[in-house]
Amino acid sequence: MSLDPIAPGTLALAEEFGLSRDEYNLVLEKLGRTPNVTELGIFSVMWSEHCSYKSTRVHLAKFPTKAAHVIYGPGENAGAIDIGEGLAAIFKMESHNHPSFIEPFQGAATGVGGILRDVFTMGARPIALMNALRFGAPEHPKTRKLVDGVVSGISFYGNCVGVPTVGGETNFDARYNGNILVNVFCLGIAPRDKIFTSAAKGANNPVVYVGAKTGRDGIHGATMASAEFVEGDDSQRPTVQVGDPFLEKLLIEACLELMETDAIIGIQDMGAAGLTSSSIEMASKGGAGIELDLDAVPAREEGMTPYEFMLSESQERMLMVLKPGREHEAKRIFDKWGLDAAVIGTTTDSGNLTLRWHGEIVCDLPLGPLADEAPRYERPYVAPLKAIPLTEGEQGRLVSEYPGFAASLTKLMSSPDMASKRWIWEQYDRHVMGDTVADSGSDAAIVRLYPGPRALAMTCDVTPRYVEADAYGGGKQAVAEAWRNLSAVGARPLAVTDNLNFGNPQRPEIMGQIVHAIEGMAEACRALAFPVISGNVSLYNETDGKAILPTPAIGGVGILDTLERRASADALAVGDVLALIGESAGHLGQSLYARELIALGGAAPPVDLAAEKKNGDFVRGLISDGLVRAAHDLSDGGLACAAAEMALASDVGIALGYQGDLADAAFLYGEDQARYLIAVKGAALPELEQRARAAGIDFLIVGEAGGNEISFLGASGKRDGISLKTLRETHEEWLPSYMSKAR
Amino acid sequence: MKSAVVVFPGSNCDRDAARALERMTGAAPAMVWHKDTELPQGTDLVVLPGGFSYGDYLRSGAMAARSPVVRAVAAHADRGGLVLGICNGFQVLTEARLLPGALTRNTGLRFVCREVPLAIANANTAFTRAYREARDTVIPVAHGDGRFVADESALDRLEGEGRVVFRYLNNPNGSARDIAGIVNDRGNVMGMMPHPERASDAALGRLGGAPVFQSLLEAA
Repeated sequence: MSLDPIAPGTLALAEEFGLSRDEYNLVLEKLGRTPNVTELGIFSVMWSEHCSYKSTRVHLAKFPTKAAHVIYGPGENAGAIDIGEGLAAIFKMESHNHPSFIEPFQGAATGVGGILRDVFTMGARPIALMNALRFGAPEHPKTRKLVDGVVSGISFYGNCVGVPTVGGETNFDARYNGNILVNVFCLGIAPRDKIFTSAAKGANNPVVYVGAKTGRDGIHGATMASAEFVEGDDSQRPTVQVGDPFLEKLLIEACLELMETDAIIGIQDMGAAGLTSSSIEMASKGGAGIELDLDAVPAREEGMTPYEFMLSESQERMLMVLKPGREHEAKRIFDKWGLDAAVIGTTTDSGNLTLRWHGEIVCDLPLGPLADEAPRYERPYVAPLKAIPLTEGEQGRLVSEYPGFAASLTKLMSSPDMASKRWIWEQYDRHVMGDTVADSGSDAAIVRLYPGPRALAMTCDVTPRYVEADAYGGGKQAVAEAWRNLSAVGARPLAVTDNLNFGNPQRPEIMGQIVHAIEGMAEACRALAFPVISGNVSLYNETDGKAILPTPAIGGVGILDTLERRASADALAVGDVLALIGESAGHLGQSLYARELIALGGAAPPVDLAAEKKNGDFVRGLISDGLVRAAHDLSDGGLACAAAEMALASDVGIALGYQGDLADAAFLYGEDQARYLIAVKGAALPELEQRARAAGIDFLIVGEAGGNEISFLGASGKRDGISLKTLRETHEEWLPSYMSKAR
Repeated sequence: MKSAVVVFPGSNCDRDAARALERMTGAAPAMVWHKDTELPQGTDLVVLPGGFSYGDYLRSGAMAARSPVVRAVAAHADRGGLVLGICNGFQVLTEARLLPGALTRNTGLRFVCREVPLAIANANTAFTRAYREARDTVIPVAHGDGRFVADESALDRLEGEGRVVFRYLNNPNGSARDIAGIVNDRGNVMGMMPHPERASDAALGRLGGAPVFQSLLEAA
């Protein structure tokens, strides 16, 4: 696209850039004149959904974001919490959905690059990555190639940069056929009193650019990320950027080294909308103005226009404002790491973004309308319909069509969502940096705070089918499950980041999902004292008018005071007694069992936040008192799948048994919330029972560890089991076998 | 023992190696920048750590083998000094011809990060003596280019001279004759794909690589 940078920006062009007619008119009104092409391009990205959160901002305000330990909540590059001993944990989750669908390898790779920059921009050394991936149905023709590309891209980037990928989740559903989700989480550690922000306070300070040269890649990526797809249209491929993890590694080291001096006033990575959003962000937060000389910007290609410079999303670039006279110090560090750097402008007191090119001013825009005064919409919405509960007849089928323990467990443990994801996580370096205590396969990953004994725990969670069935309840459940996963390893939950993935917010039913899910999440965050400190919104995940499952992914972080007192699912030992904590009502609506075996849906399980809190605090207390040998949270697949995972991870068999009012299928596969499976030594049982009684906790002995099979004795009176060897084979086989058809 | 860790701009296990050395030897190693032309006076052991030396977009370790610091490492090896190359460090040592063979793309064509069981093929080297009676151990690997290849006569020679030090019990990358680690003919330079520095910390529950460092401490 070659456009005269100072030609008038027309309505037709504005619409091509993704602005509505009303928004274009608002630009004219705010400016009191017609913007030129460059200026219009800048408006269009700053007012894109991706940069402005225009559809969600009013609702995001409902999240609790404050607590004594929160240092920076939403609004910075990432959120920051105080974790004691002079340290802050800085983390965020972000989507790279649209680029990853168009070009899976580079899309996912640059997603990792972007989230790393968000974290080290604030002065934190990244110490852990996670990813939450959603793909289409396995049988969809594109799925295999997308899985291959996304996983390879994450592996390529994360492994080279040298930050361990310690956890995540992967699901498959036909509703993601046309829009996959690639949500990446990064956590870093910084000195509590040395956190950097983007605010470029003060005039006449040098603006320094460092990193990759600017090319024509990724122009208008933020706008693309704010639009729906049309099937068969691959024309957006050129808007995907290309990542260079080695360069990112150099940037991390150089920036952290420069941050040890006091030369930096403000620093910001160039992510979505590149130089445009980074410069505007810095100047508007600092209450200053900024003037850039585009001829000084390191360029990869000849003849780039101002529009292209400002809209490029070339990766691995940072912008910073230094104290005057400190440029040489910075230059010395950048030279050491072999990085290109240039002074490309100065801060001003004009309150404007001013761009010079070939000696002329090609853009002069007030910052207010671009940033704080961007449009905010209270889009109309309707309350989303809740899924219809299962009828009595359907309830009956769940029981009458139960094929027995071994057959049902085999089927579920080898279903795409439950099957082992080893094929994926073995491609990620999970141990680099030397602090990984627990990674993929654990309820929550655990990363030691060197030299210990403290550690951070982290997890990614959401159950999209619950959110689809009940947006409010599903939003609550996503938060509760993250909180539960942290509690299951013995960690104290501290805060969350979120990544809200939805369809087109201009459809009232989608907007309803967004609003209700946010309100449900907010309620859970309040009830569990689990504040939201950062997040990202990805809308327009639709193809030909068909939206994805609503997917508000949660990244939860907690702390362990000592690694000595933690629990894991792989520590089961022969002779241990298995106990179920929490109340079982046998809720099979929206369960994996109902979906995979009987092809039924129904209502999502209810979420009782008071029970979550009580049961989680109880289990955490047991772990911290050293009473629990192994623990596992109950989620997809209920008790039976949790027990199977524990048995497989520990390589110790389990004999389950139940005599009660629930049907076998409901007892084994019900997905009632707020439950944990714990393993204790027989000798600890009396104390456990006594503590459970005293705390008013539902507590049921459900089995014993030993042997080499997992079995169940239920209503039939006949024990039915499957050897761990056979179960492991079927659990491990699904994904590699599926992917082996890829080449 | 006086140790040093080489730092290329794309090294990412340099700090891990330094921590392991400090933990096992009681003294922090010197960190030597890739542009340096000499090692600190009196260095006994140099570690070439894992990572992606200069991005490794060309061929893993190829550019690093021609760096100033690797000339100093070669001179150190010539003098009989100890050199341990881990993962990318092993790749650099083969590219620099301090060790025979080459490390090529894994047969599965994918990066593999996994704890692998290893046979200790020679417990009579400066790098493995502390394994003593142990016949095998478990150490994690994490690499995309870990398939050791060499011509048949070179492989025969390595085996004949007892220079294969670690062998995979369940080959993760297609390496010839399951080779995971080798030494040079003088026995003072070892390269291995598994990461002993990631398996030398009781707090993480992995100790299978600790004897490598204990051996070096005894040897120096």
